[in-house]
Amino acid sequence: MDDIDRELLNIIQTDFPIVEQPYEVLGQRLGIPACEALKRVRALVESGIIRRIGPSFDTRKLGHVSALVAARVPIERLEEVAGVVSSYPHVTHNYARDCEYNLWFTLICENHDRMNAILQDIKQKAGVEEMVCLPARRVFKIQVNFTI
Amino acid sequence: MITRKQRAIIRAIQGGIPLCEQPFHEIARRIGISTDELIKQIEMWKRDGTIRRFGAVLDHRRAGFETNAMVVWNVPDEQVESFGCTAAQFAAVSHCYERPRFEGFNYNMYTMIHGSCRRECEETVKTISQITGISDYRVLYTTAEFKKASPVYFGDDDLTYQGEDC
Repeated sequence: MDDIDRELLNIIQTDFPIVEQPYEVLGQRLGIPACEALKRVRALVESGIIRRIGPSFDTRKLGHVSALVAARVPIERLEEVAGVVSSYPHVTHNYARDCEYNLWFTLICENHDRMNAILQDIKQKAGVEEMVCLPARRVFKIQVNFTI
Repeated sequence: MITRKQRAIIRAIQGGIPLCEQPFHEIARRIGISTDELIKQIEMWKRDGTIRRFGAVLDHRRAGFETNAMVVWNVPDEQVESFGCTAAQFAAVSHCYERPRFEGFNYNMYTMIHGSCRRECEETVKTISQITGISDYRVLYTTAEFKKASPVYFGDDDLTYQGEDC
């Protein structure tokens, strides 16, 4: 990753041009040809630094509901339970953490009924008894871009 | 109210745009609308906040932020507002929420903190603690990442938009 890559990343994290020829615009800003801008973005995706280029929607504005869930899982069953949890497309993040509640995941659903049904389903399928659903009461910050 | 056409657009772009010279042209073609209409809709969503950000989503670890910790704080209810605003100002804090306390876990503020190493994360935590005066907190490091995926909205819909909105 060189300086041009870093500048490119800082621009496209927040300000990817929404135009017919976005790489023309990026090339002009960086002083490189459009084809090189595209080539660099492709390389950053291939190396895994960029996960995807696209929108981050406001879940609530799309009428969806989200929550963080804390689960207490016997350590010998952690991988198995995590597998069940991850299998739902509604689950976006699923992490083990060093805490008595050792599995934490987030999910996004079209409505509360759907969310409750999925959580019940996970409880039954994975055999987890201690699971606490923690919807956000207030959101102070959601920021996913970083200065590179 | 989100129309069927809008749902088709959301379905088509939520997983990311294709890596080609004219990504919006390509997406519009797949949905069956004009590029101009697609671009206008995305711009409108950016303006009204439906799209918080349109751009590259990075892998934090590969981009140099190798450690992340969820830090939970026990903040008196009347201090939630000031604590949340203070914590949100830190560049190393990517997410900050108030969530309900539950039995045996008396924490109500959740912050995601990123750093190049544990020491860097812990320095951020100490600074937040000193500034806010909140000393009852726990740092919960990630010990395994099982899944990190982009959200799927309207997952049960058809991808293609056909015909007028009802």
